[in-house]
Amino acid sequence: MAEFEPKILGFLCNWCTAAAADLAGTTRAQYPANLHPVRVMCSGTVDPVYLIKALLAGADAVLVGGCHPGDCHYVSGNYKARRRIAMLKAIFKALGLDDDRIWVRWISASEGPEFAQTVRDITEETKKQGPSPLANNWAL
Amino acid sequence: MAMSTTLPIENRQIRKTINTFLKELLGTRVVEAILVPLAHPSGNNIVQSLVTDPENLEQTDVFAPVLPVISACIVSEMTRLTPVSKKTAVVMRPCEMRALIELVKLQQASLDNLILIGIDCPGVYSLDDYLEFVEGNTSDDFIKAASNRGEDEKLRAGCQICAYPVPLTADLTIGWVGLDIEKGLLLQADTAKGDEILEQLGLTIESDSNLSKQRESAIKKFLVGIKEKRADFFSRTREEVSGIDNLSAIFASCIKCHNCKTVCPVCYCRECFFDSPTFELEADKYLGLAEKQGALRMPTNTMLYHMTRMNHMGTSCVGCGACEENCPSNIPLLKVFQLIGDTVQQLFNYIPGHSLEDELPATIFKEDEFQWIGER
Repeated sequence: MAEFEPKILGFLCNWCTAAAADLAGTTRAQYPANLHPVRVMCSGTVDPVYLIKALLAGADAVLVGGCHPGDCHYVSGNYKARRRIAMLKAIFKALGLDDDRIWVRWISASEGPEFAQTVRDITEETKKQGPSPLANNWAL
Repeated sequence: MAMSTTLPIENRQIRKTINTFLKELLGTRVVEAILVPLAHPSGNNIVQSLVTDPENLEQTDVFAPVLPVISACIVSEMTRLTPVSKKTAVVMRPCEMRALIELVKLQQASLDNLILIGIDCPGVYSLDDYLEFVEGNTSDDFIKAASNRGEDEKLRAGCQICAYPVPLTADLTIGWVGLDIEKGLLLQADTAKGDEILEQLGLTIESDSNLSKQRESAIKKFLVGIKEKRADFFSRTREEVSGIDNLSAIFASCIKCHNCKTVCPVCYCRECFFDSPTFELEADKYLGLAEKQGALRMPTNTMLYHMTRMNHMGTSCVGCGACEENCPSNIPLLKVFQLIGDTVQQLFNYIPGHSLEDELPATIFKEDEFQWIGER
């Protein structure tokens, strides 16, 4: 049987993490193709509903990538994102669901290698966890 | 220092005592209107009503153990566009008042010119249980029994584990917890507005009366007991809900009627994301989704809906139980929402409806919190 290839949906901030992804590409940093990036204007625009939808619709893990705390281009979007994700993770835990599949990384525009490493880490970790029981479960 | 007075109970008639007080309040024009539950003339139903003629207050029944509509929703409907211009009293249960405070913070209601009259809440029954109860019983029977023994297994699930059965932000409180209800009710002013009303009514006012103190200490004792009961409830609920299989089973009967959000006092969006065209798909998209998984549960997105509501409403959930009461599919929504509410409220150290000053968790942040999130 072919090795399990996880699907990872990444919501990447336009100003930092999406730029880091670009940099990783232009510098030819190698990383797995498991991440499906979605460019958003700010990690603060990521409503928990996007993450839940992604996990229910087939993602084995989700990533929210934003600017380092204090560096948000909209001043405080990433602080708000951090609160929301803390809440989402707490809810997942309370429901007995795997909150480790919800990832957050602060990666600035100059951190191309860090972006590539992050994607490698998440892919490897998710492979270990196996397919998400939430994903593609018709009964939900 | 709380100012208070005693409303003596005549002929052991509690309902009548409260109604006489409210009539006095409206009759002397201390307030120009009162929003209060009245017994509907057709029979056994209790309905929220905005009363301007004191005569109609004869029908008031504040302790009738049924809660068809959360009055916070009504106040929001009334005051969302403009605040009331005349002094209006609202008689509310503690959960309703807490919901109202949340709605004010969410800019969906205004407290201007409102007098909040809270009652110590003995809990309510589900509608069917209530209709059975009123065949042969009155609200006086109910409140007397409640004040004597406290435990009642027929109460709605939320009422049985209610953490705040006493008003937190009332101008005036009608209290009975810890008191001999057949002798008298405590009418306590908890704000300057409340003080003013007691003065205007020309009642004999005491500061820090013995009854006030007696009630305070009974409440303290009660709150210690309920903490244990809630902890027990949460550990049981966690077991019942936990994991994808349990969760899937709990929400399996959902018909996506959206009643839970319609009746929820703190689910306030005028346009809900789940009523938006986002979820209107072309026929072939449904086929595509079905093909991807082998089958597609219809109506779609029920789990997404409930999990999103937990995220959006969790911090403000006051545990009124309206969701569960109005669910046609008997989903134990209160259980799930109390568990989630308690979890996220503890996370932010936030008590919904506790005060107007506590900011809504989703609207603020601290620079030095949750630093483990995003760490490599």
